[in-house]
Amino acid sequence: MTADFLFDRPRKPAGLFGKSFSIALLLAGYSALCWLAFSESLRNWEKVWSYRETFWNGWLTTVQISAAALVLSSLIGGATALARRSNFLPLRYTAIAYVETVRGLPLMVLVLFGFYGVANALGWQDRVSAGIVILSLFSGAYIAEMIRSGIESVGRSQWDSARAIGLTPTQTYRFVVFPQVLRQILPPLAGQFSSLIKDSSLLYIIGIPELTFAANQVNSATYSTFESFVPLGICYLLLTLPVSLWTKRLEKKTRYET
Amino acid sequence: MKISLRRIAKSYGGQCVFRSLDFNVEFEHTLALVGPSGGGKSTLLRLLAGLELPDSGEIRIDGDLIPSDESGLRAHRQKLGVVFQAYNLFPHLTALQNIRLPLEQVHRLSAQEADSRAKQFLARFQLLNHAGKQPAQLSGGQRQRVAIARALAVDPTFLLLDEPTSALDPEMTAEVLDVIAELRTSEKPIILVTHEIGFARHTADLVALVADGGIPECSPATEFFDQPQHATTRRFLQRVLKY
Ligand SMILES: Nc1ncnc2c1ncn2[C@@H]1O[C@H](COP(=O)(O)OP(=O)(O)OP(=O)(O)O)[C@@H](O)[C@H]1O
Ligand SMILES: [Mg+2]
Repeated sequence: MTADFLFDRPRKPAGLFGKSFSIALLLAGYSALCWLAFSESLRNWEKVWSYRETFWNGWLTTVQISAAALVLSSLIGGATALARRSNFLPLRYTAIAYVETVRGLPLMVLVLFGFYGVANALGWQDRVSAGIVILSLFSGAYIAEMIRSGIESVGRSQWDSARAIGLTPTQTYRFVVFPQVLRQILPPLAGQFSSLIKDSSLLYIIGIPELTFAANQVNSATYSTFESFVPLGICYLLLTLPVSLWTKRLEKKTRYET
Repeated sequence: MKISLRRIAKSYGGQCVFRSLDFNVEFEHTLALVGPSGGGKSTLLRLLAGLELPDSGEIRIDGDLIPSDESGLRAHRQKLGVVFQAYNLFPHLTALQNIRLPLEQVHRLSAQEADSRAKQFLARFQLLNHAGKQPAQLSGGQRQRVAIARALAVDPTFLLLDEPTSALDPEMTAEVLDVIAELRTSEKPIILVTHEIGFARHTADLVALVADGGIPECSPATEFFDQPQHATTRRFLQRVLKY
């Protein structure tokens, strides 16, 4: 009963002190543990520091690729979701085939096949743009499914009301359906953005100088594995943690509103 | 207003709602449709609203045929106001925006005109204080009143109301029925589907029974309730007036 403040019970929630004390304790404890285990491998910081430019450029490339892929995959996702609801069968089936194929394949396979297979055959040499397109096609399939389930969750009464006031189908999508879909899929979409950032690391296998590629380069040049890959992990967390916090807030907000 | 249905057939999948319905009626203010659940009241209202097409037959309103092509139907829908049982309003828009949407996008009013017209109708139903609220922040009765305001604001030729109070508790029901009763004398013809027998008797000029794929009885309210001619009507009234 001496360390009662370390518990968070339904009857007696932990206070601010208990929470911050736990965090401080854990930080100190785990750091000490890491230091004891790995201190031998963590001394080459100067050498790695001289490669900060490489890291910075890699980080920028990762951010740019993820952002471009998010925009492009949202467009692809939206178009595919609409195509899946089309009355025109060839269009609908194309969308279904695309979504199911992509969702059934590992990203690695798509990257290798897309770049060394398709892009090469087409004479498409620019790795970064090819990487963005491959990543967007991958993520677009998942976004299409999010949008589709969002559209399907808009009730029949909403379509009826829209028709009853005389809106055209296009107006119905624009003023009634999409705003509701957007509000609903914003949290999963933010989560998808976080996945995109992480998935972009796979583009390193086709030689795009993004963050993982950069860290690997520094590692080969300096023979300092830990000092290269610890910053790599931190750089990804710096990108993904804010996105995931933002996602949590969005989720809370949409939950309260409906 | 005059409605005439000629040999209307309508079925959903394999289920036949109307086989060959003939119905002619003329009334000034309010026509109430009553009848057992599943009898086809909503279907009839949706046909009149141009939300469904009959499989065959024709519907005339004041002599004009309801068209059967989509753009003609849309033009027809733009001329009338419809209120369903619930979920009429768009949840992502405020009460004011809900009323403005058809005014601006369908009836092409300028933003300013739409705004002042929408506010005028909110004020008329004592809803001006709630103009900025989304449907989730309104009570059920307020939501239905906003829906009625939205339907009226476009200056429709007539109103179709499908059980506008059946999802409400008694107090809110009264508040919405008051609004409908007030509309009765003031302007647009109303066709109202309702379970509120007392209200139908009190407000409607004509009451029609929709049952078994037909309209066996349609007569002035007092006659309908006091001297029903048809056995189906008597059975229906016995059942609903039992408690
Ligand atoms: N969209 C639909 N798909 C399939 N069947 C339907 C559909 N709409 C109505 N029906 C069927 O048609 C019949 C008539 O339905 P309708 O909704 O017109 O009845 P109602 O008189 O309005 O009943 P209630 O008082 O319960 O609202 C019912 O048997 C119903 O199951
Ligand atoms: Mg009904």
